[in-house]
Amino acid sequence: MSSTTNPSTHHTSTIGAIGAPSRRNTELALLVFAVVIPVFAYVNVGLAVNDQVPSGLLGYGLGLGLLAAVGHLVVRKFAPYADPLLLPVATLLNGLGLVLIWRLDQSPRLQQRAESLFGSFSPDAPKQLLYSALGIALFVAVVMLLKDHRILQRYTYISMVAAIVLLLLPLVPGLGANVNGAKIWISIGGFSIQPGEFAKIIIAVFFSGYLMVKRDALALASRRFMGLYLPRGRDLGPILTLWAVSLLILIFENDLGTSLLFFGMFVIMLYVATERTSWIVIGLLMSAGGAVVVSTFASQVKVRVTAWLDPFGCYETSGACEQIGQSIMSFGSGGVLGTGLGQGNSDLIGFAANSDFIFATVGEELGLAGVMAFLLLYALIIERGIRTALAARDPFGKLFATGLSGAFALQIFVVAGGVMGLIPLTGMTMPFLASGGSSVIANWALVGILLRISDTARRPAPAPASNPDAEMTQVVRP
Amino acid sequence: MSELTLTVMRLGFLAVLWLFVIVAVQVIRSDLFGTRVTQRGSRRESGRPQAAARQQAAPPQQRQQASGGGRQRRGAPTKLVVSEGILEGTTVALQGQTITLGRAHDSTIVLDDDYASSRHARIYPDRDGQWIVEDLGSTNGTYLDRSRLTTPTPIPLGAPIRIGKTVIELRK
Repeated sequence: MSSTTNPSTHHTSTIGAIGAPSRRNTELALLVFAVVIPVFAYVNVGLAVNDQVPSGLLGYGLGLGLLAAVGHLVVRKFAPYADPLLLPVATLLNGLGLVLIWRLDQSPRLQQRAESLFGSFSPDAPKQLLYSALGIALFVAVVMLLKDHRILQRYTYISMVAAIVLLLLPLVPGLGANVNGAKIWISIGGFSIQPGEFAKIIIAVFFSGYLMVKRDALALASRRFMGLYLPRGRDLGPILTLWAVSLLILIFENDLGTSLLFFGMFVIMLYVATERTSWIVIGLLMSAGGAVVVSTFASQVKVRVTAWLDPFGCYETSGACEQIGQSIMSFGSGGVLGTGLGQGNSDLIGFAANSDFIFATVGEELGLAGVMAFLLLYALIIERGIRTALAARDPFGKLFATGLSGAFALQIFVVAGGVMGLIPLTGMTMPFLASGGSSVIANWALVGILLRISDTARRPAPAPASNPDAEMTQVVRP
Repeated sequence: MSELTLTVMRLGFLAVLWLFVIVAVQVIRSDLFGTRVTQRGSRRESGRPQAAARQQAAPPQQRQQASGGGRQRRGAPTKLVVSEGILEGTTVALQGQTITLGRAHDSTIVLDDDYASSRHARIYPDRDGQWIVEDLGSTNGTYLDRSRLTTPTPIPLGAPIRIGKTVIELRK
């Protein structure tokens, strides 16, 4: 809007958005920060545990820095308008996760425990660094190869089948591995993979493709009953199917976390797609009902519920109760400011101290202040995901970004709630933080997809073609 | 390692962690309010040093008041009413913003009228709060009362402005 003919507008100003900021330099600055913080933590742990600066400092710092640099350059080249926060926050969490795993590797208690159980102790931190590299590689592949997230829309039903197959794989005899009661791993050639972590992303494709087509029917065809819009019976089909599938996962794989994640994600996406509160009410009722029924039948789940209700009642008798009890004591002894990195006793948790229970180490060594900072970092990733969904212009992208960030949020809630004793422990892992290849690789892919959607959403629209309306204006002939 | 060093490192680490969170939130803030203020006509006025100097000398608050001050004036119009045409009965509150009229989809009032141009006219307050109508080079012209507009013209209260088949007027 120019004011070429009007002298009276000289003193008015226009307030407009800054023309197409790419924010890549902001991202670079934050990335440098996100690499320096874990290096600081690494030095801190080394000084506290061994009284010296750790010898691997240079290699570790360079490794993390290199991974971050590769990620940044690929984003700069292939997704220049992507969100500036996702990559640095994910890098920071991954780096701090590596430090925490390395810190627990230094614990003599855990070393002795591993030697007495398996005969030898192998540190987890180098493996985790390798997995992080693989995760960044997958992130790079997603950003480079997925030019447009809407391509995924074509594979709506294929991805449903793929996700169900992935979820059922651990039940295949010979392929599935039963680790501590939960059958959520498969082992191929010495590597154990948790297919559920990948299924999380793939099923989000199905949900968003399906809901995009069906959301009008689900939203509009309903009856009003007691202030709630109840859906028609046949529209309940998909949610009932999903409920049944997640209950089957729960019963046959003994995995509370995955089933909660899938059902919760579907309910979140249904709600977002239809704006009907009734779906949330129905979803909560169904999951509560399912949980009660299953917890009375499935032994593994029952043990966990008992451990949740009264961890110190069965502390002496049950391993699950002892773990939860130790975890709660870790959080308690951390206080507000924590004991300092490398100076806590969270290794008393023993089994899974560096995977499922890694958040207890944060709680003990960094205290409430550290826990809050970590939760805020996760919240930032989720916020950027939802922000991406708001900015996305296509309904598929909106639902996809919502689903991915919803799943991420649910996972954080389920894991953090589990180790703090808010809800029964589920055996999921803290994204980016916990030791475990599948989790870190799948979550890097998730961040890659969110970056791709945000690049599409934040990319400035192409300049509009010259308006043909002007030529079509009819001339009044007097 | 001495107790003191470790305590300093412990608190320092927490401080750095929180600093990252705060910086990240700052980035979000600048994303939300990433706006810049452009002075209209400043490019054109660069050839006229006196005018440019006067504009720079005026403090920003004063400019703010000047642009928004019109609506507090007594007897100033508060709404724009479409009194004839397809959009008859439509009203737009006048709050110091520029109102564009035309067939273009981004106009404030989109005229579905073959005799209107895509960017036909605009109505805006000048710095004294007086509302001005300006023809934007339309094909069939904009009429205030019976006369065709050639320059931006102040709009008297209740005077009909005709654009194609549409007539609008300003009311209190």
